[in-house]
Amino acid sequence: MKPAPFDYYAPATVEEAVALLEKLEDDDIDAKVLAGGQSLMPMLSLRMARPEALVDLGKIPNLDYIREENGHIAIGAMTSKRDAEMSLLLKEKQPLLHIASGLIGHKQIRNQGTVGGSFAHADPAAEYGAVAQALGMDMVVVGPDGERVISADEFYVSFLTTDMDSTEVLTEVRAPVMPAGTGWSFQEITRRKGDLAMAGAAVTLRIEGGNCVDVVIAVFGVNAIAARLEGAEQIVNGNAPGEALFAQAAQAASAEIDEPISDVHASGDYRRALIKALVARCLTEAVERVA
Amino acid sequence: MTTLQRVNLTVNGVNYEREVDPRMTLVDFLRHELRLTGTHVGCEHGVCGACTILKDGKAIRSCLMLAVQADGESLETVEGLSSNKSGELHPIQQAFIEEHGLQCGFCTPGFLMSTVELLGETPNPTDQEIKNALDGNLCRCTGYQTIIQSVRLAATKVQDSKLAGTDGSA
Ligand SMILES: Cc1cc2nc3c(=O)[nH]c(=O)nc-3n(C[C@H](O)[C@H](O)[C@H](O)COP(=O)(O)OP(=O)(O)OC[C@H]3O[C@@H](n4cnc5c(N)ncnc54)[C@H](O)[C@@H]3O)c2cc1C
Ligand code: FES
Ligand code: FES
Repeated sequence: MKPAPFDYYAPATVEEAVALLEKLEDDDIDAKVLAGGQSLMPMLSLRMARPEALVDLGKIPNLDYIREENGHIAIGAMTSKRDAEMSLLLKEKQPLLHIASGLIGHKQIRNQGTVGGSFAHADPAAEYGAVAQALGMDMVVVGPDGERVISADEFYVSFLTTDMDSTEVLTEVRAPVMPAGTGWSFQEITRRKGDLAMAGAAVTLRIEGGNCVDVVIAVFGVNAIAARLEGAEQIVNGNAPGEALFAQAAQAASAEIDEPISDVHASGDYRRALIKALVARCLTEAVERVA
Repeated sequence: MTTLQRVNLTVNGVNYEREVDPRMTLVDFLRHELRLTGTHVGCEHGVCGACTILKDGKAIRSCLMLAVQADGESLETVEGLSSNKSGELHPIQQAFIEEHGLQCGFCTPGFLMSTVELLGETPNPTDQEIKNALDGNLCRCTGYQTIIQSVRLAATKVQDSKLAGTDGSA
């Protein structure tokens, strides 16, 4: 199908975009921000979304960067996912965010889709949701009252819903540099390569005195938002890595999920089973990666 | 009807300027406004890859972009591959013919454009690299094996044509 009619604006700065969004809201016009369009365009074409106005961020310069500052990696919202996938800085300093970038959709989607767009879209099956929860990322948002920084915890509210107001624009996402000696793993299961995942998991941990410490286990694709599984984390924390321990943690992770999504792609029980397999694999791989 | 917007862009080295409805997708713009019907449109929501074109040398889906978003951009479509003057096919097109990389041909423009990007970045790809670059293109006829063979042969042909000085890269 074809998108329903809308007015199109291409502001030159973030401030202009925010002012425009504010004016449209005051005029009771339903407006949407357009970034790479890789989720919004299908929604327009399928008429799942029928905004009256689109505010395109594509003509705003300086929102396209990946840099290290003050101990974190900052990525401009309009940076393409392909640039994140190809970034040597990201690969070296934040490999979890790096590996997840390359798993999103197909190359053609990553060329045009933006990093910020994936966070803002908040799809339950988006790889970045799990990365944000696992790393405790921050989102930088600009609105009529200026800038605010939102933690991943507060940013993700529900299915396709974030804490951002309709007059706010996401300008940057921040991830801490991965501390030396951290083991990490990111795994997902998709029906076909490039599809949204039926389920996926991310793990980071360190080994101290032969035991696993700072264990983080986050899963996505199973509930409205990605989440850490603290019960399973506790089982691993402070204990020596091993097959039996990881099997126990994986079992707990699977049981810890409350009402997993059940849909045409996979039943809730199947998603639970996937999480069990993925968490065990991730823990094993993360330990192997400890430098 | 919403206000028309002016769009100025370059396709296959030719500059075009048109006034369009903002809701017109780029693939519809190419096909209906510019009459470049080589780019196909299948699903219109980003899953099939038939509409793949190059924007600044990068493969993108032209059904997932608005024509107005492409203002000021430089695009390449399948029409830009063969030489208009001599009618000679691009080595990638030639390879798809020789290795039977198509049957009905509906998906072919998309596969060709994804292959152009791949061989530009990775002149001598492994089979896995070929699969990674083409996983966003669907084909309902060939079963993909002959497409992978075509890309393998295309890599050799593109390199040969470069050595011979008749640079066939798009
Ligand atoms: C075939 C296919 C496969 C895909 N597979 C995956 C996958 O495996 N994993 C995955 O995570 N995604 C997948 N996607 C979605 C894709 O990653 C999108 O690129 C992404 O969800 C949105 O980024 P975008 O820049 O294209 O944003 P858009 O589509 O332009 O916008 C998406 C939403 O976010 C809002 N938004 C975007 N940027 C901002 C901003 N800076 N400030 C405020 N609001 C903003 C928009 O208003 C809109 O509601 C797939 C898409 C397709 C078509
Ligand atoms: S028509 Fe664009 S991906 Fe199918
Ligand atoms: S040749 Fe028919 S769809 Fe690919």
